[in-house]
Amino acid sequence: MSEKLYPVSIEVNGKARSAQVPARLSLVDFLREELRLTGTHVGCEHGICGACSVMLDGEPVRSCLMFAVQADGHHLTTVEGLAQADGSLSILQDSFCEAHGLQCGYCTPGMLIASQALLNETPNPSEAQIRDAIGGNLCRCTGYRQIVDAVQLAASRLAAEKK
Amino acid sequence: MADAKSPYGFRYIGAKRRTKEHPRFVTGRGRYVADIALPGMKHVAIIASPHASARIVSIDSAAALAAPGVHYVLTGAEFCAATDALAIGVDTPRVTRYALANGVVRYAGEWVAAVVADTRALAEDAAELIEVEYATTPHVVDPEIAVLADSPQVHPAHGSNVLFHRRFVWGAVDEAFANAQNTVKLRVRWGRSSTVPIETFGVAAQWDAGREILDVWASIQMPKFPDQLARALRLPGNAVRVHYDVDVGGSYGVKRGIKHTALVSYLARKLGMPVRFLEDRLENMRGGDMHGPDRLFDMQAAFDNDGTIRALKIRALDDVGAYAGRSPLQLGKPVSAICGPYRIKAVEYEPTSVMTNKTPQEAVRGFGQSPTNFAIERTIDHIARHLDMDRIELRQKNLLKKEEFPYLIPSGSTYDSGDYHTVLDKAMKAIDYPALVAQRDAARKAGKLAGIGISTCLEPSGGNSAFEPLFNPKNDTTTWMDSCLVRVDLSGAITGVMGTSSSGQGHETLVSTVIGEVLERDPASIRVVRADSLNALPSNSPVGSRMAIMLGGAAAGAARKIKATLLAIAAHNLGCDAAALDYKDGNISLRADPAKKMSWDELIAVAHRKYHLMPPGFEPGLQTQFVWEVPTGGVLPTPEGVAQIYPCYSFETHIVYAEIDPATAKPSLQRYVCGHDCGVMINPDIVHGMTYGGIAHGIGAALYEKFSYTEDGQLESGTFMDYLLPSAMEIPSVDIVDHCTPSPLTTFGQKGSGEAGYLGAPAAIANAINDALAPLNASLETLPMSQEALFRVISASGAAGSGHR
Repeated sequence: MSEKLYPVSIEVNGKARSAQVPARLSLVDFLREELRLTGTHVGCEHGICGACSVMLDGEPVRSCLMFAVQADGHHLTTVEGLAQADGSLSILQDSFCEAHGLQCGYCTPGMLIASQALLNETPNPSEAQIRDAIGGNLCRCTGYRQIVDAVQLAASRLAAEKK
Repeated sequence: MADAKSPYGFRYIGAKRRTKEHPRFVTGRGRYVADIALPGMKHVAIIASPHASARIVSIDSAAALAAPGVHYVLTGAEFCAATDALAIGVDTPRVTRYALANGVVRYAGEWVAAVVADTRALAEDAAELIEVEYATTPHVVDPEIAVLADSPQVHPAHGSNVLFHRRFVWGAVDEAFANAQNTVKLRVRWGRSSTVPIETFGVAAQWDAGREILDVWASIQMPKFPDQLARALRLPGNAVRVHYDVDVGGSYGVKRGIKHTALVSYLARKLGMPVRFLEDRLENMRGGDMHGPDRLFDMQAAFDNDGTIRALKIRALDDVGAYAGRSPLQLGKPVSAICGPYRIKAVEYEPTSVMTNKTPQEAVRGFGQSPTNFAIERTIDHIARHLDMDRIELRQKNLLKKEEFPYLIPSGSTYDSGDYHTVLDKAMKAIDYPALVAQRDAARKAGKLAGIGISTCLEPSGGNSAFEPLFNPKNDTTTWMDSCLVRVDLSGAITGVMGTSSSGQGHETLVSTVIGEVLERDPASIRVVRADSLNALPSNSPVGSRMAIMLGGAAAGAARKIKATLLAIAAHNLGCDAAALDYKDGNISLRADPAKKMSWDELIAVAHRKYHLMPPGFEPGLQTQFVWEVPTGGVLPTPEGVAQIYPCYSFETHIVYAEIDPATAKPSLQRYVCGHDCGVMINPDIVHGMTYGGIAHGIGAALYEKFSYTEDGQLESGTFMDYLLPSAMEIPSVDIVDHCTPSPLTTFGQKGSGEAGYLGAPAAIANAINDALAPLNASLETLPMSQEALFRVISASGAAGSGHR
């Protein structure tokens, strides 16, 4: 007995990816095990910690709470897709490094996805808006302070770049 | 963020420096254990006990073995016969523990069998087909009942549930209590919580039959892990190769998956296939054996009317769950700072470690020190209340003064250095303490419950082992060395080699900064790698706030030896004494005649290629190692229980302002300042980061996090929906105020900081909440002070709460 497979076609970080997957395969397992995009992490598998956050058509979602087949036909961005076109760090990624907005790095992909989504909509967020945006992503290392600093730094650098 | 320049006058130490590890993490290129995919790798699912205490009558695996993709079902009968029991920290040889239950289960969640299949999903499918018949037996979940002689026995062969009990008396305690003008008594309770990293524990193992080597990749933070694993598997130590170049997704003490690794390694060898097990969250919370201290304190203090504290009596009853491990030793570390930062000359300490039918305890950040600090700091506040004395004035009176260091405490450790009064002053200034008091008083007038909490606490650091022989005379370990190898290759590039994994502490940054400082070479150009356990020098891993001191000291020691070799090469070739030379940026010149010089490249070329120019007696090539013993180590405790434990003592003071909504009892922390002195900070951003994180963890332990059990011994909080980790919405914006009192014992004056923040936060928050409850004549002495617990206390006081506004 082998499981019935279903076709999925998903654009991941700008690249078209197709596969045959079991219905019960979660999106995060698909990304990690099938596509070997291991930057997206598994923390709780019940939608609380946010380590598995990815952008689905530009919106942050929990890839542990979706099946791969539900992402069929959608556009996904994972942490591997956040760097600039030439492969160098994005301003947000670089700001996390500069402000020491991470330690063990495990929650970091989710934090980057959540804060990039915020900055896409709200280029000049207040501290309260940043905390709200990352409020669904748990971090056990940083106490969040340097993450907030990193997002503020990124916002100011992005604003300076636009001038 | 840190200053661009070192505040201490160093070239690199203390200056703003980006963490070397970060670029791989922000791009999704970390290499965590779950990212390691070995060809042909199989996956494990666990069958866990649903009962707190039972005999296993039978296990029927037939249906599971017939399920698709299944390779094997392993039960305790086979595993326990083929492996040895895991190591125990105290002398309790009959409290045996294996990865799989040996005919008896002792807590709900204990592993009973393991299924190996092609995928995790298939393994889980098959696990559901295994039929286990149990016969339940009496259980105990209350530690105060578990200590009684007629309680159900978790390990009947041991003859008692008590793993360790001793009454230490240091100084004239009874005399002080008899003569003091006042005494207070109180009972406080630290709840069962843990560090709960976002990454669960995981391990992959592969047996290389041709070489007879077991290769292990694990998210590990554990001293002597390869050795313990080899012993459990009955393999020689050199048949186990643990790969330390695995990124660990948080640990803070608990990533000690020795049972997981023994299980997976056994399966990999038995089946001749690579095998991986990654805990899911429920397995991690219930069967991961990583709960923290769960501790009742009965505290007594003797003190005079002027606030002078003469003596403490501390009874601590710690519920370690169903097996021993290292957990009883978490009552031992606090011996190293048993009087806190205070001038208290007599202390009685009576620790009891007791087993119950709950998930076993593992090392948690601070190794038992934070609960003890909480109990001491609650006692200090009770003394202040008894005397109607200001809590800060009382602390100032009893805190050790700068000129009293080094200071020998009654239990035998010497505090290296400190300036507690200045740190407290700085924190009070930073928060504007008088204005904070005015804010609290105004809030109270407006009908709010508002309180200020203060704590002044120590972080013993440097990770010595002396609590091991103190709690187990059969263990005469007196060293907890660490080491580093430094290599300068033919191209002149420098590599530092360390022998442990890291879980976010930035050790690659630490090592490269220290080597760069000594050799005056840019740390950005220095690579740091992690040897596997067969190639590594001895390490005791990043525990006990030790790596800045121990790995930093070892890296400096090795780099200094390289520098000495370079100077010897130059002296030999320039025909002078090494003392007549100047070393700058790796180039060496004659002080009296700077035109006579050798460049870095020339020196390296001599070492690697021109043996005819090497000074006699020197080995060719340019690499060296340094193994460093813990400063003040090498001494066994006395039979009376006096022990020099930790070398260095960091100090932290927390001032926090809390309000509790009188209608809903929801607490909120609105102002938070931490004054911190850990000596010289090698990388201030890293120290601050760990301190912010420690405070957040402390806020969780104080207000939110609890592994709660039913009377039946069922864990009620196995998910993140009921075990509440604080988010960015609960954690306030904390301000840290630095101070630097260098340690006289370490290479650069550094002290430890890996447990910072967590050691003083719960104490300060408990004091703030109780200050807020004081006008109601109410108090709460049990952590976590959950919203529900606060609601009950406020309602019982007759104030608000019951009447919603």
